[in-house]
Amino acid sequence: MITGSEALMQALIAEGVETIFGYPGGQIMPVYDQLYDYRDCLHHVLVRHEQGAIHAAQGYARVKGVPGVVICTSGPGATNVITGVADAIIDSTPLVVIAGQVNVGLLGTDAFQETDVLGMTIPIAKWSWQIRRPEDIPWAVARAFYIAKSGRPGPVVLDLTRDAQIGMLDFHYEPIDFIRSYIPCPVASQESIEEAARLINEAQRPFVVFGQGVILSQAEAELEAFLDKGDIPAGSTLLGLSALRSDNRHFMGMAGMHGRIATNVMTQHCDVLIAIGMRFDDRVTGKMSTYATQAKIIHIDIDNAEINKNIQVYLGILGDAKNVLSRLTPLIAEADHADWISTADECRNTEYEKVISPEIHPQGSELTMGEVENLVAEYVKGEAIVVTDVGQNQMTAARYSRFTHSRSLITSGGLGTMGFGLPAAIGAKTAAPSRPVCLFVGDGGLQMTIQELGTIMQEGTGVKIVLLNNNWLGNVRQWQQLFWNERYSATRMMNPDYASLAAAYGIAYRQVEQRSELASAVEEMFADDRPFLLNVHVIEAGMVFPMIPPGKSVDEIMLNTNEWFEYGK
Amino acid sequence: MENNKILYTIAIYSENQIGLLSAISNIFVRHGLNIESLTACPSALEGIHKITVTTHCDLHRISVITRQIEKRIDVVKAFLYTDDDLFFREVALYKVPTENLLNYAHFEDLIERNAARILEINRKFTIIQKTGQDESIHRLYVELQQLGAVLQFARSGRIAVTNSDRELVTEFLQQRQHDQVCKKSSQESKDKII
Repeated sequence: MITGSEALMQALIAEGVETIFGYPGGQIMPVYDQLYDYRDCLHHVLVRHEQGAIHAAQGYARVKGVPGVVICTSGPGATNVITGVADAIIDSTPLVVIAGQVNVGLLGTDAFQETDVLGMTIPIAKWSWQIRRPEDIPWAVARAFYIAKSGRPGPVVLDLTRDAQIGMLDFHYEPIDFIRSYIPCPVASQESIEEAARLINEAQRPFVVFGQGVILSQAEAELEAFLDKGDIPAGSTLLGLSALRSDNRHFMGMAGMHGRIATNVMTQHCDVLIAIGMRFDDRVTGKMSTYATQAKIIHIDIDNAEINKNIQVYLGILGDAKNVLSRLTPLIAEADHADWISTADECRNTEYEKVISPEIHPQGSELTMGEVENLVAEYVKGEAIVVTDVGQNQMTAARYSRFTHSRSLITSGGLGTMGFGLPAAIGAKTAAPSRPVCLFVGDGGLQMTIQELGTIMQEGTGVKIVLLNNNWLGNVRQWQQLFWNERYSATRMMNPDYASLAAAYGIAYRQVEQRSELASAVEEMFADDRPFLLNVHVIEAGMVFPMIPPGKSVDEIMLNTNEWFEYGK
Repeated sequence: MENNKILYTIAIYSENQIGLLSAISNIFVRHGLNIESLTACPSALEGIHKITVTTHCDLHRISVITRQIEKRIDVVKAFLYTDDDLFFREVALYKVPTENLLNYAHFEDLIERNAARILEINRKFTIIQKTGQDESIHRLYVELQQLGAVLQFARSGRIAVTNSDRELVTEFLQQRQHDQVCKKSSQESKDKII
């Protein structure tokens, strides 16, 4: 017989867990006490706030493709991870969160640090479960890992009562790979795939928009083969970025609000739109009632709840992207869509001339976010894992980073969680210590979870932090300028002395204010594998363009504050 | 949108797990939908619970909701129906002052005409039971109300069975049992090869 806490350790090891992100507290002490005996095989990263733990676990999971594991205490420990649970469900990130809970006898009594974790997490977790008896631990942990990683991945929350932690059980662990009420990977019908092939073969102007589903199902090669054979141009959602190499000849760039003009315009001119592993988020579709209405839309997704949710499609294919694409490609004809693809040239040229060139080679003396991110991208040559926070830093990083490896953009897409970046970068670097990990973060987002500099100090995590510092909450400021009559309500932000902060945490630091200093600073930052904070002062009134204003169709695109894109002119 | 709203019935078959009803009701909350009626009880299938929910909604939204319900791990199947697809009933109980009934000459006729039953009569009150659909239950309520105060009125909420000749949940569970056996045997043969 062993204790529930020891059973938990052994179950985690049986599931292949190597790293845990966590924070101890009263109602999880038996687990932490047991962890002391397992510290050689379970690496525990002590964060500075539970939100940091879960975002780090998300970064880890997204890079490694395995469930990230979080351990926290009851009450405030559990409520502090909730933002991350919500972030992970919308971005399909596999997580197993183990939160302590008071004794069973104290449940529902408002005991110290007791809160209704199940009640709070059921709506935002893939599965939430309270473990009341030690003998349920092996089953619950096995089920948690199976649910978290299978099908469309997501976060699972285990609410682990103190009784279960300290009680004894006969330990026997068996991984789970079957739940009768749960079909994680539905197999698409042959008829639906044949119908898709027929539509694609008849298409004059086919277009693909793919999402993270391609990465999650490891369908990167299958996607490339599909695009090659059908000669089909493709755009990506934010989370789909890096599934294809940025220099792939069929790749037109990111879709949506701040996406590439070519991708958005082709969406509105294609005759067949093939959506793969994406969910038609409103940041991708713009005004939904006008989105690709001219096209027959084929939607390939593993999640039945996504098909016909936002956009009514002509053909829904319920299945795993890798499976569907590997069956679909042999059925499509080798095609030549050079004329159709060349219609993107005008969009690309205009975007380069009106948006990209002024952003990466600005005339003014002040640095822009785009030029910093472009310079870093040129320096790392697609080898780095790019982590972003949320806002202008994120959109610019998505626009100007270049990817050569899959799973190389870690960002909070669906929930848009400011403060995600720094801890996620810690998790990413922990998952891939041999790869450079570069975080692009604004001064707003950095200060939301800045306490995690302490984790970097303690772990020596070699994260390269590029602080794009404009003294504003830049994205909100941009909206205030464009849509709220330049009334800058609560967006001007004072910054601390980052040099002192970096020094306090023992993190290498450099500040850049002049263009002439930038290249050498980037070189210095990547010279070794130490953590580094590069504080770049960028233009205060910087804007991310192009932009599809909220509520507009995806081909109604602002090039700058006073010019709109006009197709065919 | 308002005009497209009709009454839908969702029949949910699930494992009997703690929190499941909360998970399901949360989906309605998230969509800002009021639940008209909700019943939960064991089904004919061992270990499987049946939850029947009715709500007024438009077809697109209720379809999304049904798929979001079925997406919950422990939900076996969720089916969306309109009244045409179902045989459905409710049970209603009416508690009325006995005196008011005795003073009404056509009381027995009223009970008979409404296909109701008397469960209990004492000096103070009488309990009447009626099984039916929304309209007839309401009609009896109005009639009794005219005789004086209805002291208490309770409705069971809708219970329903389909008018289809296929039992889809049974078929699904048989298929899943088959899947599990196949999975096990293929795993065993893999183990042997290794």
